Amino acid sequence: MCMNWIWSGMILVSIITSVFTGRVSETVNAVFEGAATSVSTLISFAGAMCFWTGIMRIAEGSGVSDTICRIIAPLVKWLFPGCGDSARRHISMNMTANMLGMGNAATPMGMLAAQELDMENPRPETPSYEMCMLVVINTTSFQLIPTTIIALRAAAGSADPVSIIVPVWFASAAALAAGVLSVKMMYRLKRG
Amino acid sequence: MEYITPAVIALIIIIALSRKKTVYNDFINGAGDGMRLLADIFPPLVAVLTAASMLKASGALELMIGCIAPLAEKAGIPAEVMPLILIRPVSGSGAIGILSGILSDQGADSLAGRLASVICGSTETTFYCIAVYFAKTRVKYVKRAVPCAVLADLVGVAGAVTALRLLGL
Repeated sequence: MCMNWIWSGMILVSIITSVFTGRVSETVNAVFEGAATSVSTLISFAGAMCFWTGIMRIAEGSGVSDTICRIIAPLVKWLFPGCGDSARRHISMNMTANMLGMGNAATPMGMLAAQELDMENPRPETPSYEMCMLVVINTTSFQLIPTTIIALRAAAGSADPVSIIVPVWFASAAALAAGVLSVKMMYRLKRG
Repeated sequence: MEYITPAVIALIIIIALSRKKTVYNDFINGAGDGMRLLADIFPPLVAVLTAASMLKASGALELMIGCIAPLAEKAGIPAEVMPLILIRPVSGSGAIGILSGILSDQGADSLAGRLASVICGSTETTFYCIAVYFAKTRVKYVKRAVPCAVLADLVGVAGAVTALRLLGL
């Protein structure tokens, strides 16, 4: 929805500005340049991207995701103390899929968990603590290997495309901690 | 640092082999997932890269960056990264488009390039997430989750700036 306005705004502002700056023909050419760049960008990182999603699938198939699920079980219990077993299982799978960078698998699991939490919610119009926690955790992304970004960096000719992994871990951990603590505090305050 | 990637790859393959999994087949299937992901990314990538390249060519981007530059500099953020921070919570593929623009214009190993990479890797499409996860529930007051999620995003950006500074990258 938002992108409606942002995208239209970008195009219209460019066209209007180009009239004032006298760069109308450059702006028209930019349409074709931009479109061509998107193809070359996609092709340049397609290979690395597929390599990483392949590796991540091996990890999932070999039970690495089960192991991660087991490791994070105590954490999930601390984050979601009051939720049912089935919801908790889906939440663990959602978090694991996020860590492995499998957004496609994470979203359906998270939606299932949200629906189960919805059933357990005594006041269905306001989000329960557990629902809020689930959503906020999913709006921060803790990813072990940020595959798309590494692939993009490699395509752009970075000397060390994976050098961003450690800072990414640091920044996501900080974001995750801030999200979790703020949800915990918000609901503690409300309970009085 | 340079050992992390090969170690992870080797470890994953060794674990899979030792558990007698079909490593090659899994890889092929996973790479297929990647192809589908790319197919999803492409149309929005065309949209955003075209619009971004028009913004640049028309001179509008310079004007905008000129306006936000003093503010961004105070936060230790190169002005070129600001559009990414603004679009990231709304559109994932839009952010990928902006990121690839920054990487090719400023260089992948420049401060702007590295910061943009870290920000992209450590934040999510917050508003999209909130909408999707509450979509099939009875919750009406969705806004309750927004302040926490936005706070987490801001801390993520601050964390990205701090991490790059601490690691001296």
